Amino acid sequence: MAEQSRLRAALRLVEGPQTIGRGPRFWAGFLVVLACACAYPMFADSYDVGNNVYFFNWLFMAMGLSLIWGYGGSLSFGQTAFFGVAGYCYGVLTINLGDAYGLTLLSLVLAVGFSAVFAAVLGYFLFFGRINGVFLGIVSLSVTLVLERFMAQTAGPQWAIGSARLNGFNGMGGMPSLTIPWPGGDIVLFPDLPLYYLTLALLVVVYLALRMLVNSRFGNVLVAIRENPQRAEMLGYDIRKFQLGGFVIGSALAGLSGVLYTSWGNYITPASMGMTAAALPIVWVAVGGRSDLTTTLVGTLAVLIVFQMLTIHGSQYALVVMGILLVLTVLVAPRGIVMGIVDAAGRLTRRKEVR
Amino acid sequence: MSILETRKLNKHFGGLHVTGNVDFTLQTGEMHCLIGPNGAGKSTFFRLILGEHQPDSGQILLAGEDITRAKSFQRIRKGISVKFQVPGIFKELSTRQNLVIALQHHVPAGMLREEVDRLLEFLKLSGDQAQLAGNLSHGQKQWLEIGMAIALKPRLLLLDEPTAGMTPDETHATGEMLHRLNAEGMTVLAVEHDMAFVRQIAHRVTVLHLGKVFAQGSIDDITADPRVARIYLGEVDA
Repeated sequence: MAEQSRLRAALRLVEGPQTIGRGPRFWAGFLVVLACACAYPMFADSYDVGNNVYFFNWLFMAMGLSLIWGYGGSLSFGQTAFFGVAGYCYGVLTINLGDAYGLTLLSLVLAVGFSAVFAAVLGYFLFFGRINGVFLGIVSLSVTLVLERFMAQTAGPQWAIGSARLNGFNGMGGMPSLTIPWPGGDIVLFPDLPLYYLTLALLVVVYLALRMLVNSRFGNVLVAIRENPQRAEMLGYDIRKFQLGGFVIGSALAGLSGVLYTSWGNYITPASMGMTAAALPIVWVAVGGRSDLTTTLVGTLAVLIVFQMLTIHGSQYALVVMGILLVLTVLVAPRGIVMGIVDAAGRLTRRKEVR
Repeated sequence: MSILETRKLNKHFGGLHVTGNVDFTLQTGEMHCLIGPNGAGKSTFFRLILGEHQPDSGQILLAGEDITRAKSFQRIRKGISVKFQVPGIFKELSTRQNLVIALQHHVPAGMLREEVDRLLEFLKLSGDQAQLAGNLSHGQKQWLEIGMAIALKPRLLLLDEPTAGMTPDETHATGEMLHRLNAEGMTVLAVEHDMAFVRQIAHRVTVLHLGKVFAQGSIDDITADPRVARIYLGEVDA
């Protein structure tokens, strides 16, 4: 009984002061969007389905950054570092272990776990060393770029872990895709229907779990630290632990993105940790509205799709557009464009109610 | 029984001796005001008690326990609470959420809603609970932060100029609220400039000047002391 009521209390946290969207109308909308996402493959060709999985892959990293930066107030440039670490880790593990017996799934868990441990070590020195604000951004960016440089020089045959060659700047390839062991033939998750539905399911689970997390007591303290760290500490909270906790969870989500991406394309390169790659998550999350999970999700997906369309039509200038988009967001809608639209809609409906 | 005691507390900033050998004792249940001209070292003294600054030498005891090396959040958990001079509230969160964050630490989940309601009522903020804390009036912000500070049910409440920017009515009401809390056993130490307010609440007053305890006594003794009047006009060197 007690466990049941605790479960119910946890489920109630899916709505709360730290997330936009409550009540039957929001959840009905949520279900409609989910149903559309489920039905999408029936109307799209297999290339588009695979391409959508590519978009989904990045959303975990974006939600992680929303947690660290939007909710916790610590601007981390390190998301792609954890993305890369987990991606390479998955590659090394699966090339050595192979894809039988569900070992790719074990590799996924281990790779995400490894990026979480890496985040815990780095975060310990950052937060317990009281490195805050712009310095946190500088240190996390430096770590990311150092990793990129390091991986870029691993070209020689001496750079191998077991049978996995790291391959320097060209990147590492040939790792198997995620494979689910199944009686009568393993299901290999190529960028097609099964992977689409698996990634979508993961996305829904992570989104709902994060909603519960940010509305929990832990989430309350996280936003309190963002608003006023001194006050939060003077309410008796060891703010360093909360900052570290948020950082590890957010970074592990970047790791999850890294594994999914590596498995999706059977490929990972040092460029995934480069300057450009490190800056892009900041743009996605800022444009949508970093202080809410839903606006982050919608904004990131929109920016990713637009970015890809621009890249197809004229490669490099897409990045310039991203830069302009970030500057415009900061100037016009500092809380994010999707957030701005939500606010405006809220004002409109409220005015109607007053009448 | 003393709730707070400092022994030979010293703090330098470079060549500036901001806290000089301060021996200070606060009795349990007392309402005590700390006054002194600008630069007397009042805020530094508060920061030392809170652990935001580490003293160069000396000891700080909370109800007999040495807390000189304890971290700020540990001191809070041992029963100190503070209201800052500039309202330290969570501006982008609702008034209600501010109090939830202050209370959730030690109130069981089942009682939280009720306790928050009671505190909102006590602070006369029930009508504004959905309002972002940053949109409250200045006086309300001050009250909200006092509310967050007392939500911890501290043994010792530190107030840094609690009535700054309040109207005379608000100031008076704040004094009455403090008397009520004091009657329930809370010890109060306040830095204050408003002498009417000091007269309203303080059992005893300590005058700090150039980082040292300059005078101590009842409000009548202090106001009658010609030396105190002179340091406010800047005529006495330590």
